[in-house]
Amino acid sequence: MSKQRFSALSLFRRALGGHRSWEPQWRKVEPKPSYDVVIVGGGGHGLGAAYYLAAEHRVGRIAVVEKGWIGGGNTGRNTTIIRSNYLFAESAALYDHSVKLWEDLSQVLNYNVMFSQRGVMMLAHTVHDVQVFKRHVHANRCSGVDNEWLTPEEAKAFCPPLNIDPDIRYPVLGAALQRRGGTARHDAVAWGYARAASELGVDIIENCEVTGIRRDPQGRVEALETTRGLIRASKVGVSAAGNTSAVLSLAGVRLPLESYPLQALVSEPVKPVFPCVAMSNTIHAYVSQSDKGELVIGAGTDAYTSYTQRGALHINMHTLDAICELFPMFRRMRMMRNWGGIVDVTPDRSPIIAKTPVPGLYVNCGWGTGGFKATPGSAHLFAWTIAKDEPHPINAPFTIERFRDGYLIDEAAAAAVAH
Amino acid sequence: MLLIPCPHCGERPEIEFTYGGEAHLVRPADPSTLDDAAWADYLYMRTNTKGVHAERWRHARGCGRFFNALRDTTTDRFLATYRIGEPRPAIAAGGAR
Repeated sequence: MSKQRFSALSLFRRALGGHRSWEPQWRKVEPKPSYDVVIVGGGGHGLGAAYYLAAEHRVGRIAVVEKGWIGGGNTGRNTTIIRSNYLFAESAALYDHSVKLWEDLSQVLNYNVMFSQRGVMMLAHTVHDVQVFKRHVHANRCSGVDNEWLTPEEAKAFCPPLNIDPDIRYPVLGAALQRRGGTARHDAVAWGYARAASELGVDIIENCEVTGIRRDPQGRVEALETTRGLIRASKVGVSAAGNTSAVLSLAGVRLPLESYPLQALVSEPVKPVFPCVAMSNTIHAYVSQSDKGELVIGAGTDAYTSYTQRGALHINMHTLDAICELFPMFRRMRMMRNWGGIVDVTPDRSPIIAKTPVPGLYVNCGWGTGGFKATPGSAHLFAWTIAKDEPHPINAPFTIERFRDGYLIDEAAAAAVAH
Repeated sequence: MLLIPCPHCGERPEIEFTYGGEAHLVRPADPSTLDDAAWADYLYMRTNTKGVHAERWRHARGCGRFFNALRDTTTDRFLATYRIGEPRPAIAAGGAR
């Protein structure tokens, strides 16, 4: 990490040279014939897993293969919200593990991921919302996760643009606030992990799509067929989000996943006007302001499964209706871009970080509409699972077999996007 | 927004429809004879096809009827729609609409 370590001094020194002496943040490499571990999927979760395998588990030869460019999938397509106020103890432990890793991630990676704990406020509009969110507040406090209840007036004091007029279509009856929640810079997460992993010797291979998974006569994974040739591997970890079903079907593994488009959009950039993250599950809107000044707005999933990375305009319009009613000052804002990402949704809205029935093949998937917040924790636990061939106690409940055995972790109410 | 050809009413905009998920999943005739893995497979496991996907739709704000469709999930193009009970048409990806 020494040569290009970022600090005020190194920035100053390079500035004197006109910033012409910087080198690429990660090495461009050709795939080697074999590795100890190959991670499929170069998003934050996959790159992070490679980093923790190298940094904490001292695995020798590691590669990340990515069919496009790193951070170009859901890592670059989400609304960067980070929170851990999930209902059940298993989930609270999982997501809070991640929040704790976020808190010093910039220092650990020596890369500014711009983690900002500005607070995540979830709005309640119906009696049912109020009951559910208060239950979440109490459950979170029992799990040691901060979450507090706000009256409409307190919510407005925390977020002044909020409209708490009792006569709107869905009036605000209160809010649950997690002050440790916030946002981070999505690209920096992928780039920071890629840079740190590359310096520890991890090969990051872009434009390399997996087309087959070879197994030995005992059924164990032995190699990946890719668009850049055959890559032998003793262990393969798949972290491919919406494409996980397609990748694992190459090894004959069926998963409880369906892949849906999830859309987001950003406005023109404006001066700082919005102090926190505000979300409404019931009327489906969530919004924050990026450091660049754009409003970052999350819309809903489309109705049907798809791999197209785009969705229908009426989904975005529905979200903007809600935003304009809750935050009337945004009514004349212009939207600049919208896009879709493909999210892999499980029946209980909880992820899977586990071994598969195929020896040597591991999977980290099912993050659905809320994977970004979990990036460091998910990567950390996936690396543990691959290195030790058994789950960490935190991800032990998040198996594929929970669907067979009836131990579902039903977070449909805590997952923000209504499905 | 998709234009969906309802086999009863013709092409209509997507907002008239609700989605019914993967088609041709048949409830086992006698669930009590299944083991947990087979029952979980029926309840939860999905093919999640990347390519030609057979799926159910319901024309909820039209004729109200369920029907099946073949749609390419890499392009969202509908390749065929057909009535409930009819066999899946033999159409490959890239086939005419």
